[in-house]
Amino acid sequence: MKRVVITGAGTINALGHDVPQTLEAMREGRCGIGPLVFRDVERLAIRIGGQVRGFEAEQVFNRQQLSLYDRFTQFTLIAAREAMAQSGLTFGGELATRSGVVLGTSGGGLTTQDENYRAVYEEGKNRVHPFVVPKLMNNAATSHVSMEFNLKGPSFTVATACASSNHAMGQAFHMIRSGMCDVMITGGSESMLCFGGVKAWEGLRVMSKDACRPFSATRSGMVQGEGAGVFVFEEMNHARARGAEILAEVVGFAMTSDAADIVMPSKQGAARAMQGALADARLPREEVGYINAHGTGTAANDKTECAAVADVFGTHADRLMISSTKSMHGHLIGGTGAVELLACIMALRDGVIAPTIGYEEPDPECALDVVPNEAREARVEAAVSNAFAFGGLNAVLALRRV
Amino acid sequence: MDIALKVREIIAEQAMLDVADVRPEHTLADLGVDSMAVVEAIFVIEETFDISVPFNANQPEDSDFDISTVARIAEGVQRLVDQKP
Repeated sequence: MKRVVITGAGTINALGHDVPQTLEAMREGRCGIGPLVFRDVERLAIRIGGQVRGFEAEQVFNRQQLSLYDRFTQFTLIAAREAMAQSGLTFGGELATRSGVVLGTSGGGLTTQDENYRAVYEEGKNRVHPFVVPKLMNNAATSHVSMEFNLKGPSFTVATACASSNHAMGQAFHMIRSGMCDVMITGGSESMLCFGGVKAWEGLRVMSKDACRPFSATRSGMVQGEGAGVFVFEEMNHARARGAEILAEVVGFAMTSDAADIVMPSKQGAARAMQGALADARLPREEVGYINAHGTGTAANDKTECAAVADVFGTHADRLMISSTKSMHGHLIGGTGAVELLACIMALRDGVIAPTIGYEEPDPECALDVVPNEAREARVEAAVSNAFAFGGLNAVLALRRV
Repeated sequence: MDIALKVREIIAEQAMLDVADVRPEHTLADLGVDSMAVVEAIFVIEETFDISVPFNANQPEDSDFDISTVARIAEGVQRLVDQKP
């Protein structure tokens, strides 16, 4: 089996418009969540989110591109450009046909849908822009990445709600490990922060009106974010041969299904996914120093996740660090695992553990070291990144320091 | 409108029971109404009575709306209906 390393990373999210800004914000425990700004926000009960600010698409993309790029595609391309630039790769010949794109998203072009529903239903228009379909389709971002960088191998989009990115990156990992591909562009993107997107979430009554406080007894629910995280996964010998800088090695991946409930998480399903990732990586649990938690800030997730971690890691659960960076960038739904992988890379590479901010009061059911409020320096050999989706679909990645 | 009866009907619908089998002293757990069904029942209550129910599914016990029994829910709805401008 081939080994898989990460040779490029890119992002745009509420904490920053690139990886250095985002990691700096995580190190400082800065909060990217604030008042939402978009049309009809006054009709919402939930008016906070991790919105990308100071971003003007017109500065980055031309008119033709904007007519085809939903916000989730724009975010993807910005992150992909950063990751590609860092990797130093260009694609042609056989490498192009042996390289592809697998990205996660849950809502795809939801903003495009929202705007066009508004036009036909609310404003009574009978005509929509000709590119509505290619703009809103869930695979639009994947396709535009493949076109921009000439990636001609296996490419598709994965949609498993909050686990989309982790499932996507797991697929990319498998495709390189099996020898099917040499390089995969992978990660995910989400842009649900529009009136219809937030209104739908409001209905579930699990959204917080003030802050995302994972693992804190005072938690009041989840807060949505937006943005993208994109990585270059590369076969290790391929990366070494060209002297590429290696950010981390992807060593294991597992996915499970709870087969139980459409929204309530299951301890067993989560535990089996973590256990599976460790087994896949042949990683003794004692070597895991950091877990990037799913940590949504809902009572259901946080209690279940902590119980699952305790089950899987036994007494080592009290020695490892586990944090939820959703407290800073919000929950990016289909893009969340990708942005959160950055925290794992930072832990492995820089020895800095991103904190769980907004932490106010211990919850006896979440009695783990959640790295409250302040980042910490620690040498970490291996890290695990959790994603547990609505629908009971779980995907866990394991990374190692290089 | 008989608010208490209407509330019982809404809960009965969620519990897939006859209204006659839904008594004021019942808890939602007695009736087999799970957390998803509670959220849906609250939605139907809001639509039926044109009110806004302060209910957070993360911490039902800390919400300003008491859902401990069918009777408490009906009382809460009555209060919100009375407060309507």
